[in-house]
Amino acid sequence: MKTEKDASEKRFKNIILVSGLSVIFLLIAIFLTLTIASVPAIKTFGLGFFISKHWDPSLEKFGALPFLYGTLITSFLALIISIPFSIAISIFLGEYFKNGLLSTFLRSSTEVLAGIPSVIYGLWGLFLLMPVTRHIQTLLGLTPYGVGIFTASLILSIMIIPFSASIGREVVSLIPADLKEAAYSLGATRFEVIKNIIIPYARSGIIAGILLAFGRAIGETMAVTMLIGNSNFLPKSIFSPANTMASVIANEFAESTGIAASSLIYIGLVLFLVTTLVNIAGTYVIKKISLEASKEVT
Amino acid sequence: MFNWFMKFGFFVCIMMVCLFGFNVYAAEGELIGAGATFPQPLYSKMFDIYFQQSKIKINYQGIGSGGGINQLIKKTVDFAGTDAYMTEKELKEAGSSVLHIPTCLGAVVVTYNLPGNPKLKLTPDVISDIFLGKVKKWNDPKIQSINKDVKLPDLGITVVRRADGSGTTYIFSEYLTKVSKEWKEKMGTGKSLNWPEGFIGQKGNPGISGYIKQTQGAIGYVELLYALQNNMAFASIKNKSGNFIEPTPKTVSNAAKIKIPADTNVSLTDTDAKDGYPISSFTWLIFYKEQNYGGRTKQRAEALAKLLLWIVTDGQRYVEPLQYSPLPKEASDIAQKIVKSMTYNGKQILN
Repeated sequence: MKTEKDASEKRFKNIILVSGLSVIFLLIAIFLTLTIASVPAIKTFGLGFFISKHWDPSLEKFGALPFLYGTLITSFLALIISIPFSIAISIFLGEYFKNGLLSTFLRSSTEVLAGIPSVIYGLWGLFLLMPVTRHIQTLLGLTPYGVGIFTASLILSIMIIPFSASIGREVVSLIPADLKEAAYSLGATRFEVIKNIIIPYARSGIIAGILLAFGRAIGETMAVTMLIGNSNFLPKSIFSPANTMASVIANEFAESTGIAASSLIYIGLVLFLVTTLVNIAGTYVIKKISLEASKEVT
Repeated sequence: MFNWFMKFGFFVCIMMVCLFGFNVYAAEGELIGAGATFPQPLYSKMFDIYFQQSKIKINYQGIGSGGGINQLIKKTVDFAGTDAYMTEKELKEAGSSVLHIPTCLGAVVVTYNLPGNPKLKLTPDVISDIFLGKVKKWNDPKIQSINKDVKLPDLGITVVRRADGSGTTYIFSEYLTKVSKEWKEKMGTGKSLNWPEGFIGQKGNPGISGYIKQTQGAIGYVELLYALQNNMAFASIKNKSGNFIEPTPKTVSNAAKIKIPADTNVSLTDTDAKDGYPISSFTWLIFYKEQNYGGRTKQRAEALAKLLLWIVTDGQRYVEPLQYSPLPKEASDIAQKIVKSMTYNGKQILN
């Protein structure tokens, strides 16, 4: 009896081990596939690929700088726009209205926001944000394209709010009640409690949420493609049309062959590495900050 | 329990190998095709009717012309659809001889959004200048002088082009390469081009038309079919014979009323036909001439040949109701001849 149980234990352990290892295997396989497929482009363009700003399919000359730039600038802008909102939502849901109808409603609304397919965001952006941006551009005396970095960043910021807000809310609501009560008993106002207890304590969670949101913004494809204007040039202002790594792949891959396809995969490889780096940096920051935070509070 | 798991896992593995490892053809009585998305709605309609008549099921996936050609070369489909004639290189890659038959015609129209959406006339030079970014205002004398009866507004031109690689861009740029020397030098012909700065890229016909509809002063190019379905304004274009031709399924068909070579490898852009719309093109179905390959049965080859023959003959009556342009008689005759040249073990399949 006992031996049979041991055997099944062992089998279970093996299955878990295989499942766990398969994730690593998949990650390596993706990396290798991308690398192998991008070899022709790496050989032809080398590292100059990231400095060259010319993307010319007819001459087969490819450089990824406009896309790298477009991806980073839209993601950062989106992050900056979304941070105040996501922190406010986390504090509101985690501190002010933990329960009740309004809280449930707001919480499920943010969750639904996260679940909306990105093409819907794109369409909504086309019908609503584009005219708004166009109006702003007309007021500023710019060419009223309506699409471009600004519009794409706006839609991205809305798309990533749920990611940072849900983690933020989770952390804020986990803050021990005795800490807050202690502050109140010392005569602190609610704002002081938020400023001196909640934000420092929840900092690592909030930052984790923001990094997750950043990762999402970097990889977002469909909504950005619809709103960024897909112009393969370095943008001159935040209202210029631009392009991102994910959208150029989505746009051009289906009909490209040879060195063009290889260059797109090369961009894919870079996108893969950038997201991996963001993740690694994120984990590192979270670890460091949570150590500091625990020191500060205790 | 875990034993069962493992057995199940093994079973799944076997299934995967079966699905992806070998070249498995679908059941007899089902033909597979893939390729161009432009004629897909028409093919769906045709294949549906053909199924009702002959009980032969046809599965066509719109994966793009390039994808279709690849699938045919890899021999994973019975036939493929393409908007561009296969290149020398692709034909060589295919190994044995591949045949093309035109199934219908498509056209690219220049569409715009102006106050009141007047009917505009455009010449090849003006189109080239606009899409090179040289003419920047709607009331530019170059446009105004050919549209004397229209009061053009003092409005900037926003050019929208396809962001994705596309057969539409290919046909449009092929036309401009033929009619404009400057275009030929600066832009050339291709599925995606190095467009001037400041143009907006949008994905697919829906992306272009969506943007134009919302942007006063915008100009772009889409499939005729798409413009008709969405009630968009489009321009009449001056053809080689000097006539301004409004694109309609009829004038697009007219573009094919020229001498068509026996392999149908002809470009219809800038057509010699007097009343033909100049940015028209065939769309083709492609398949191997010798049908005995990869373990195909004779039955299967016969089913394919019969289907192809039906498409270029009786099937043509479903073309116009869907706003595509049907083959002129001469083109249909040549297509029939090509289908009849298909062989199985070197023997003609249909007589």
